[in-house]
Amino acid sequence: MSEKFKITIDGVSAEVEPGTTILNAARQIGGDLVPPAMCYYSKLEGSGGKCRTCLVKVSKGSEKDPRPMPKLVASCRTTVMDGMEVQNITSPEVLEARKGVVEFLLINHPLDCPVCDQAGECKLQDLSYEHGAEATRYEFNRRTFERIDIGDKIQLHMNRCILCYRCVYVANQLTDNRVHGIVGRGDMSEISTYVEKAIDNDFSGNVIDVCPVGALTDKTFRFKNRVWFTRPVSAHRDCDKCCGKVTLWYKGEDVLRVTARKDEYGEVEEFICNTCRYDKKKTSDWVIDGPAQIQRQSVISANHYDGKVVPVIDKR
Amino acid sequence: MEIETREIRFSEERLAEVRQILQRYPEGRQKSALLPLLHIAQAEFDNWLSPDVMDYVAGLLDIEPIEVYEVASFYTMFNLRPVGKYVLEICRTGPCCLVGAEKVQAHIEEKLGIKPGETTPDGMFTLKPVECLAACGFGPVMQVGATYYEKLTPERTDELLERFRNENKRATYC
Amino acid sequence: MGVKILTQHSGVPGIDTFEVYRKQGGYAAVEKALKSMSPEEVLEEVKKSGLRGRGGAGFPTGLKWSFLAKPEGVPRYLVCNADESEPGTFKDRELMSRNPHSLIEGMIVSSYALGANTSYIYVRGELFYVIRILEKAIAEAYEKGLLGKNILGTGYDLDLYVQPGGGAYICGEETALIESLEGKRGNPRIKPPFPAVSGVWGCPTVVNNVETIAATSWIILNGGDEYAKIGIGRSTGTKLISACGNINQPGIYEIELGLPVEEFIYSDEYCGGIAGGKRLKAVVAGGSSVPVLPANLILKTIAGEPRLMTYESLADGGFATGTMMGSGGFIAMDEDACIVRNTWNFTRFYHHESCGQCSPCREGTGWMEKVLHRIEYGHGKMSDIDLLVDVAAKIEGNTICPLGDAAAWPVGSAIRHFREEFEWHVKEPRLSQQQNYGLAAYADPLPVPVTEES
Repeated sequence: MSEKFKITIDGVSAEVEPGTTILNAARQIGGDLVPPAMCYYSKLEGSGGKCRTCLVKVSKGSEKDPRPMPKLVASCRTTVMDGMEVQNITSPEVLEARKGVVEFLLINHPLDCPVCDQAGECKLQDLSYEHGAEATRYEFNRRTFERIDIGDKIQLHMNRCILCYRCVYVANQLTDNRVHGIVGRGDMSEISTYVEKAIDNDFSGNVIDVCPVGALTDKTFRFKNRVWFTRPVSAHRDCDKCCGKVTLWYKGEDVLRVTARKDEYGEVEEFICNTCRYDKKKTSDWVIDGPAQIQRQSVISANHYDGKVVPVIDKR
Repeated sequence: MEIETREIRFSEERLAEVRQILQRYPEGRQKSALLPLLHIAQAEFDNWLSPDVMDYVAGLLDIEPIEVYEVASFYTMFNLRPVGKYVLEICRTGPCCLVGAEKVQAHIEEKLGIKPGETTPDGMFTLKPVECLAACGFGPVMQVGATYYEKLTPERTDELLERFRNENKRATYC
Repeated sequence: MGVKILTQHSGVPGIDTFEVYRKQGGYAAVEKALKSMSPEEVLEEVKKSGLRGRGGAGFPTGLKWSFLAKPEGVPRYLVCNADESEPGTFKDRELMSRNPHSLIEGMIVSSYALGANTSYIYVRGELFYVIRILEKAIAEAYEKGLLGKNILGTGYDLDLYVQPGGGAYICGEETALIESLEGKRGNPRIKPPFPAVSGVWGCPTVVNNVETIAATSWIILNGGDEYAKIGIGRSTGTKLISACGNINQPGIYEIELGLPVEEFIYSDEYCGGIAGGKRLKAVVAGGSSVPVLPANLILKTIAGEPRLMTYESLADGGFATGTMMGSGGFIAMDEDACIVRNTWNFTRFYHHESCGQCSPCREGTGWMEKVLHRIEYGHGKMSDIDLLVDVAAKIEGNTICPLGDAAAWPVGSAIRHFREEFEWHVKEPRLSQQQNYGLAAYADPLPVPVTEES
């Protein structure tokens, strides 16, 4: 075991393994000093660095070289040096830059939360709420794309996309051949298959789970219900393709959708296959583990859960 | 505009060129040949890249077709729609504008009756304003195929258009 | 007449052929380096010369080379950045097309110093005719035993290839160039790791500009100390300046660093003054991305000293009253040029060239372009001007690569120095569509702001 590195973020110190990024060090500390991340995804190699929401200020480089870094850095892609000191929410400069990033992410966003299936579990919603300004200064027409189906189970609303590239990494790292990608360039870049083609393989549904916004949504759940009116329940089954550990989203006795289980940072714990996601929507398909942990501040917990909610389980 | 249909396959000469290009890169790095091959493909197949042509290139390099679409749509030199025989790529960036590029472009638009991105009904000319061509000291400048035409004036542009019309031969980069 | 290094063969008929180039003393640096010097000694000379990257950043070349990782059994690469596309810059195209062997010679010497056995020249795709010139010259060099196996019997092997780009300004950024060379979209990589550790195909790589590499031959032949004697202070040697805009003699000039800007603009040896007998209004001294300066500030620093063509003097005063050497793209604007229109034009360029990978640049460049378009066409609001300053500030420094800064600086500097002209477009929406603001409202000389940038 190698020596650990000491890092101080917003005055809170921790010891982390060499090679740990500032963001992951912050996650180890936890609490409100953890920078938000829209494109970084710890389970997807090569992700991060793009959205710039996790920018932080390195006020001291390391014990050896205490000089501060000249620019704000993406905490998700910058590794900790021993003795490093970082400012996140204690730096007005960081908060100002982050506010700017949120504004940039929103100028071309349709703000159609009232009709978006992602509302309630949208990272962009959370981000805007926590770091955004009340009003936009953008007065031009927003960029628009046609809404398209990529396969019979996934709908792409390109208007909502923030180009985090996560779905591309999923296709690269979880599936055999990628048929969608980023085409075009600049602010006309889009997620696309270019020619009409379905994303069709056993793990394609994971692009929905990793999408931080409502750009890729589950067509089988489309407009069925607002997520905060559904109850998440942890369940598992023996699956020969994936781990079989999922969250079932109930409305009354019906399973409206199945997703992978997500951790406190909204990342899936383990990816699941399409059979579990789309074809097992009966309670009898699953062994129920109990109510899923939902963060208290989440809108999903606002509607119900007064401590102990027992899922309605079909005992057949 | 008529689009010729033909079998998508490089000539033997072009295939030899492809093999030579592939030798430039280490084993397993054949994707590096993508840009050179797209240039060749565009020159071979009517100066634009149809999905079929891109799929053919993907096959030559043993990569996924989407990898080709991603790249072809990123770079401005690749035409993803049919174009005229002469693509008039006039520079519209600052230094050229300081010496009259906007006048030249307006002149072409008026003369040919087309706007940027459009092709004349006879399929002869496509107007494609481009960003800096790195010939700022000799502006206004226009690229047609592999050739740079510099220090343009409306009069000189007229002569060029006339010459192209008479030559009537597709201009490509390579 | 100053020392000519890169343009020493200028005007020699047939210099693009091996025969003539060799007769003029070409490839002597290759002989000297490969036969009598170790790679470390070559590096030492380049370090001593003080040569700085001529592509824009001005980073010391020898230092950059010394960062190259040298793990056992892993190939190293030298890639020449010939993706010249910074508006106002057109020197590399001239150098490559007129004297291709001078670049090839520099590539051999530099590759030898770095221990590279395969090197690439990445040329912007638009310059296919230059690519053909280079390919022909490379074939000649192979034929004469200056490339390939066992060069000049020294046991050193080098393969040199030309790679075309596909039309993307961003590929001038070294990590985007590497991605492009690998057959991918030109998305800049997130650094670290730097190319010196992990570049082309994950191998240690040095990326240098055409002009930088071409200068190394002279340095090896004459010694780094000789090179360092030219120029002033840390701005050593000569530099190619691409001069364009409203001047009498646009073109490429090789200057000794330290030449006064005033002499460069008005001397008949260089720009020959402002075209049509007009007055100078503003200069963008180092390619479109560097801050624009009004005439008085480009000719003299804030302290009243003559401004010189050096990295330091051009940067004197920081961004409040100075600018940068950049890639040496010198754009002069006369009294009839419209700063608002030019700023809008540059911003459209950066919007068009943004790769779209990171959000501040992807979204911010388009936003600035739209606001500037509105002001230029007489539909702007007074608050738009501060909005632009703020949006530019929120892009600057917050992006993956320097394109964000390059897009922000022209906007910030134009408003800093020419705010009245922007306001006039807002206050006189109709008049601004009929005439230019010109110099009329500026006192002559233009006022020099005394405050630091806010």
